[in-house]
Amino acid sequence: MRSPSPRLSVIAVLLYAFIYAPILVVIVYSFNASRFGAGWGGFTTRWYEVLLENAPALSAAKSTLLLGIFSTLLSTTLGTALAFGLARFRFPGKAWANRLLYVPVFIPDIVMAVALLLFYSLARQWFGLFELGLTTMILAHVTFQIPFVTIVVRARLAGLDPALEEAARDLGANEIQTFWHVTFPLIAPGVIAAAMLAFTLSLDDFVVSFFTSGPGATTLPILIYSSVKRGITPDINALSTLIIIVSFVATLATTLLQRSQKYKNLKSER
Amino acid sequence: MNADPQTNDRSLTGALTRNGHWWRSALTSGPGLAWLTAFLLIPLLAIVTISFLTRGEYGEIERPFTFDNYQRLLGFGLLGFDPLYPTILVRSLILGLTTAGLCLFAALPLAFFIARLPGGWKTAALILVVVPFWTNLLIRTYAWQILFSSESWLCRTAQALGWLSPGTALYPGFLAVLVGMVCDFLPFMVLPLYASVEKIDWTLAEAAVDLGANPWQVFRHALLPQIIPGLSAGWVLVFLPATGQFVIPDLLGGAKTTMLGNLIQQQFGPSRDWPFGAAISFVALLLVVGGLWLRARNAPEKDGGLM
Repeated sequence: MRSPSPRLSVIAVLLYAFIYAPILVVIVYSFNASRFGAGWGGFTTRWYEVLLENAPALSAAKSTLLLGIFSTLLSTTLGTALAFGLARFRFPGKAWANRLLYVPVFIPDIVMAVALLLFYSLARQWFGLFELGLTTMILAHVTFQIPFVTIVVRARLAGLDPALEEAARDLGANEIQTFWHVTFPLIAPGVIAAAMLAFTLSLDDFVVSFFTSGPGATTLPILIYSSVKRGITPDINALSTLIIIVSFVATLATTLLQRSQKYKNLKSER
Repeated sequence: MNADPQTNDRSLTGALTRNGHWWRSALTSGPGLAWLTAFLLIPLLAIVTISFLTRGEYGEIERPFTFDNYQRLLGFGLLGFDPLYPTILVRSLILGLTTAGLCLFAALPLAFFIARLPGGWKTAALILVVVPFWTNLLIRTYAWQILFSSESWLCRTAQALGWLSPGTALYPGFLAVLVGMVCDFLPFMVLPLYASVEKIDWTLAEAAVDLGANPWQVFRHALLPQIIPGLSAGWVLVFLPATGQFVIPDLLGGAKTTMLGNLIQQQFGPSRDWPFGAAISFVALLLVVGGLWLRARNAPEKDGGLM
């Protein structure tokens, strides 16, 4: 095949510049000494110092992490079990279960968010349950995480050699022993990848959190949204830059980890 | 999102082949499915139900059962025909279509560019397309507020060139929303399109050239038919979520660019008209289901494993 023509290369570079422009702008402006507007007032790191004294931002960071960790633990457990059940057993209504699984993947965020808001408020009215707060956000996040976990783990299960499990059974292992000593170690990389994906989805979510959070619990995306609505301040650019760096490093580390895992697997197979 | 082969054999589902699968299924699939039923299926059914109810004086949800909410959405309110809501519906569809069209327009050269790079560069170029996506959408969206404000270098250049009247900004407005949308959704078009472009049989293009076709004819008759699967997958991945987008129109648009998502937010937020908001949500949901159904029907080839 021919290498790209100069004209095609120029177009491609411009498109890359286009998708990176917003990120670069936020990073550059986090060092802008000018407090108001888009004018450039010189270089400063002052906004990072201001950010460290910003108590709401620190507490939002804490809530975001707690939300991510708890929802990921729950959804990874439930989603992995569901993937195993769907891959190994047949039951009536399975076709519908599969369809239900894809609903959160395609449904508009906002529809899911208002549906949960309505559900929580009805439950509160009738049973006194689900006061809006961190708990309701965790429950909501688990709901959209489960399908992604299940889809990723199921793909891993589908690629598994059934002879390995059969061998364990033939050697006298019961079903639970087979699962813990044979199946689970084999699908573990898939489970870890699924958990990472679930965690990222939780950190990234704004719309569902916005509708299911209470007055006491704010996440970083909600904090950024309300700040932007009031008018962008430089310390929000600093906060966003930190988020950009953390998510960039975390995703890069995950990708490299999975690569080295794959490489190890390849080597051990030989 | 690859559909696995076990779920595809519909003839087998529903038939229990081994005894004891009942409790095994209940223990493994049970909790997850119960969760999705409680926190997804029931809430959605509640939305459908209240969309046929009425808003009370203080925003509470009351009987009688009525189709008023849907009539209102179609423009037939108490005071005769009012085009406000149908306009928003049409505007959302136009925004979704324009976004998908522009993404396609931008993704085509990018996909061909990446496919023509030598081996290792390909992976790097693909990762570069996805990297911005690792950053929160809110951050990537509000950045356009800075870029499009009246004192930004972008607007100043445009003002100096006479494309913009002095002192005006590009934000808020439909153009800003559109730029934010294309910037956000471009990877969803590039990736499936690239997968198709990568598989192109270039001998067909060479044959077309030998037979005297001009570049457009080569593209139209020798290349386009081969990338249709990627094109339709990308179209679904962009058009459907773009139509229901809430954050981008909210941050980059003004009152004149209210979309379906913003309308839903208003009804559940400040307006406190939950039954009407529920009706709009149900329509948005039907749009997505309809779109997926159309695609499933018109795509007999098992290509992307989207469903």
